[in-house]
Amino acid sequence: MSLNNSDPVTVRFAGVEMDGIYINRSGENAIVKLSSGYNICVPTSLCSAKEQTVPAEKPRVLPIKQDPALPLLSIISTGGTIASTVDYRTGAVSSRFTAEDILRSIPELAGIARYHTLQPFQVLSENMNPAMWQELAGTIHDEILHGSEGIIITHGTDTMLYSAAAVSFMLDTPVPVVFVGAQRSADRPSSDNAMNAICSAKAAVSQMGEVVVCMHANESDTTCALHRATRVRKNHTSRRDAFQSIGRGPVGEVSYPDGTVVPAKDAVLRGTKELRLANNLEPSCGLLQYYPGMDPAVFDAFKGYKGLVIAGTGLGHVGTDCISRIAGLTASGTTIIMTSQCQAGSVCDRVYETGRDLLDAGVIEGGSMLPEVALVKLMWVLGNATRKEDIRRLIRTNLKGELEYDLWRYA
Amino acid sequence: MDYEAVGLKAGLEIHQQLNTKEKLFCHSPTVIRDSAEHTGEVSRYLRVAVSEMGDVDRAAKEELMNQRLFTYYTYDTTGLVEIDEEPPAPLNPDALDIVLTIAKMFEMTPLPEIHTMRKMIVDGSATSGFQRTALVALNGAIEHAYRVETVAVEEEACQRVEDTIFSVDRLGIPLIEITTSPCMKTPEEVHDIAQYIGMTLRSTGRVKRGIGTIRQDVNVSIRDGARVEIKGVQELDLIAEVVRREVQRQLSLLAIRDELQARNALVNGEVYDVTSVFARTQSQVLKKARVILGTVLHGFNGLVGLEIQPDRRLGSEMSDYAKKCGVGGLFHTDELPAYGVTEEEVHVLKETLGAGPEDAVVIVASTEQKCRCAMQMIIRRAKMAFEGVPEETRKMLEGGSTAYMRPLPGAARMYPETDILPVPVTKEYWESIAAPELLTVKAERFVAEYGLDPGMARQMAFSEELPLFERAVSEGIRPVFAARTILASLKELSRAGISSDALSDDAIIAVMKTVEAGNAAKEAVLDILTACAKGMSVSDAVSRVAPAFSREELQDLVHGIVNDRVEFIRTRGKAALGPVMGVIMKEVRGRIDGKVVSEVLDEELGRII
Repeated sequence: MSLNNSDPVTVRFAGVEMDGIYINRSGENAIVKLSSGYNICVPTSLCSAKEQTVPAEKPRVLPIKQDPALPLLSIISTGGTIASTVDYRTGAVSSRFTAEDILRSIPELAGIARYHTLQPFQVLSENMNPAMWQELAGTIHDEILHGSEGIIITHGTDTMLYSAAAVSFMLDTPVPVVFVGAQRSADRPSSDNAMNAICSAKAAVSQMGEVVVCMHANESDTTCALHRATRVRKNHTSRRDAFQSIGRGPVGEVSYPDGTVVPAKDAVLRGTKELRLANNLEPSCGLLQYYPGMDPAVFDAFKGYKGLVIAGTGLGHVGTDCISRIAGLTASGTTIIMTSQCQAGSVCDRVYETGRDLLDAGVIEGGSMLPEVALVKLMWVLGNATRKEDIRRLIRTNLKGELEYDLWRYA
Repeated sequence: MDYEAVGLKAGLEIHQQLNTKEKLFCHSPTVIRDSAEHTGEVSRYLRVAVSEMGDVDRAAKEELMNQRLFTYYTYDTTGLVEIDEEPPAPLNPDALDIVLTIAKMFEMTPLPEIHTMRKMIVDGSATSGFQRTALVALNGAIEHAYRVETVAVEEEACQRVEDTIFSVDRLGIPLIEITTSPCMKTPEEVHDIAQYIGMTLRSTGRVKRGIGTIRQDVNVSIRDGARVEIKGVQELDLIAEVVRREVQRQLSLLAIRDELQARNALVNGEVYDVTSVFARTQSQVLKKARVILGTVLHGFNGLVGLEIQPDRRLGSEMSDYAKKCGVGGLFHTDELPAYGVTEEEVHVLKETLGAGPEDAVVIVASTEQKCRCAMQMIIRRAKMAFEGVPEETRKMLEGGSTAYMRPLPGAARMYPETDILPVPVTKEYWESIAAPELLTVKAERFVAEYGLDPGMARQMAFSEELPLFERAVSEGIRPVFAARTILASLKELSRAGISSDALSDDAIIAVMKTVEAGNAAKEAVLDILTACAKGMSVSDAVSRVAPAFSREELQDLVHGIVNDRVEFIRTRGKAALGPVMGVIMKEVRGRIDGKVVSEVLDEELGRII
């Protein structure tokens, strides 16, 4: 006899008879949710189907009105779980994505704005790729073009910084573009999803005017930080305040629950830039972290790549025995940027001999660019420029706050 | 009271902390800290999402009527899991082993796989908003007459420091939850079964001891009443009283229900702003309130103030409900004039609201929003009075009366803990678990095998020092001497303000062995242990406090003393033994056994008389 999810069953186990709902199999056993709410696991042979009762009436869903007087925001979901709900019978978490679903799950949002929602794709963030970044930037562009006054992108946190940086380079935006995620799943009362979402909506209707990441500023539910998309990194695997600005402070803060947004002095404000999309990317780029004793042949794996970012040691070094391979790559047309695997600081390849040899081998110093950001920038630069001097100059130009200043002015 | 006639049914839910080294789902130690020692704090809100079934657990919903910011104290003994900043570690196998052992003692059937659930708790006492819990075994028996329905392993919640401040040191300590069927029919039975279960748990030697490490929840219902769960009875001696008072409360509520029906009472739910009535009031509470709202409970006069339990009235129940909205409480006309409210004000209040002599008026004072919320809760509770007894979760107050906490939670509060993999319990594992000897059985054995008197045997078996005693006996120390030393000497030490923690088991055993070998006198045990507790080694303590005194040295001493008193001894004959013995003992007490002294003295006296 086969049982299906949600079938009412009777379990005879340990000399007692219990009513429950069949959830699923676990090997030879069945998982059954008892009327007490506990799930138990018992041999399937001890479960028998009960007469199907009339399925419970779907609960009456109250329509949620959006206030036409409020500004219009777009919420673009890429697979984050901002509004996931739990089926308490089966325990399954499902991601729902109409504006109503979101407002029902986080009612505070209804008091901040009206929402247009889109879901261009639904992936785990580790499965994002440059083609998706391009589609995302295009979607954002179209939403702004059609009157959206602020954009919220829900995104898994693992690769959020790549997507945010990519959108930064591809899009000039007159309105705030806010990436938001959660470090604790939405199915728990302590999830950071609601507070992060509310703060992201507050940021999206604020005077901010650039691409930012909105996440908890610390371990308490008191403040969200707005990080510049090109200067942020996920610095902890699990903490709420995993995202931190590197080499600078956040470009804004949102206090919770009052929602006051305070931009930093150098934040780019709403209306500063004209809307413009340049979403060409060259995906044939790599990122390589050097380690002591690395076989120089590893560099050969990047033969034929258009670009390579090296996360070197300290000020931007690799073992001396790698330099000839690197020279070979640049000679065959690969653009190579040197960054540092240090948490913060700029590279400088003029201090030590190895550094000077690297410069001679054609490596471009990446300044204080984070290796991940340098990778995304390299894809964008190679997608939009062809002449060698243009490429070099763009890499060394502060485009979206990824550098403190234009490196070429001083070199 | 004839409890059978009122149809009393009671069941127990017992929570006992397990004495594991690490917590249930992380590697922090299971130590309780002084909240003043906290090294950090975080602040959090909790919220409840609506399930796609459209259900929100009713208890959870009520807890969250006020969005409150909870503060959590952290310590150098707590980590990221306790503050919900890291996924949980796998289920602690030691905790599961203890729970399975207890399940075996109750002759239960284990589940083949243990599935961890999240039980939603949003009162702030769990940082995640849920308590992790898993059923481990089903259907057991207590002395053939009572049934244990389930045992579960679960996490302890935070300790409340005050109001919205919690301490996470306790969060995550493993607990066993033992749920009986509602099979007890008198308050005394509830007491006895709770005591028996407690004894069974302690028989494992693997549960925590001391205040707060065991908590009893009691489920009580009577015929026509309702199931009420009373949380957190910590003292076993109060448990029967709690049941008696709950029966009394349910009977009183049923009587009020009948009286309301007889009076044709009515709650129409209309709320009035009566702030102006108290414009010139001298009542401190009303004076500082921005808004005062009132409602008329038609036909309730005298019933709101009726005592339903010692120190508890129907009005107290309404007040508990109102407090959920953040107000301090309520006033009702059955208790007024009082609290600075004058007779004149009561008169105007009743007149303004058109309340007659049969009616009661309830007022609340606070901000507009809190008052509106509180009034809805009061009206809700007043309407429940027509039904009799509401199903509730209640908390015990001092003395054994109870206050309303929240509605009984439903199944909607449970969902699977997706971060924890199921743990299999194999047949081989279950069969390898041995049920330990019950403490009551042990006590009987101590009488039969060791010759301890029954009182001492029971005291020893139930003592926290039982493992020390069993070790001493296994190392060849005479049981009676071991029991006496452990029970009496350690008690004396603690009375003298010396913590027995300062004494290692090894030291206590070494001291007992020294005495047994005749190298120190029994009488010196307390002094030697005191010296050890102050940091001296056992051998130093023995030689310093009670330097061993050889038989030869004793013979010399006795010889000298007897020689000095030859006349006296000759005059008194055998009767001289006592006084001379006294003189000698003054010199050697604690350094050599009194029996030896008496032997030597006897020989010496025999020389003279």
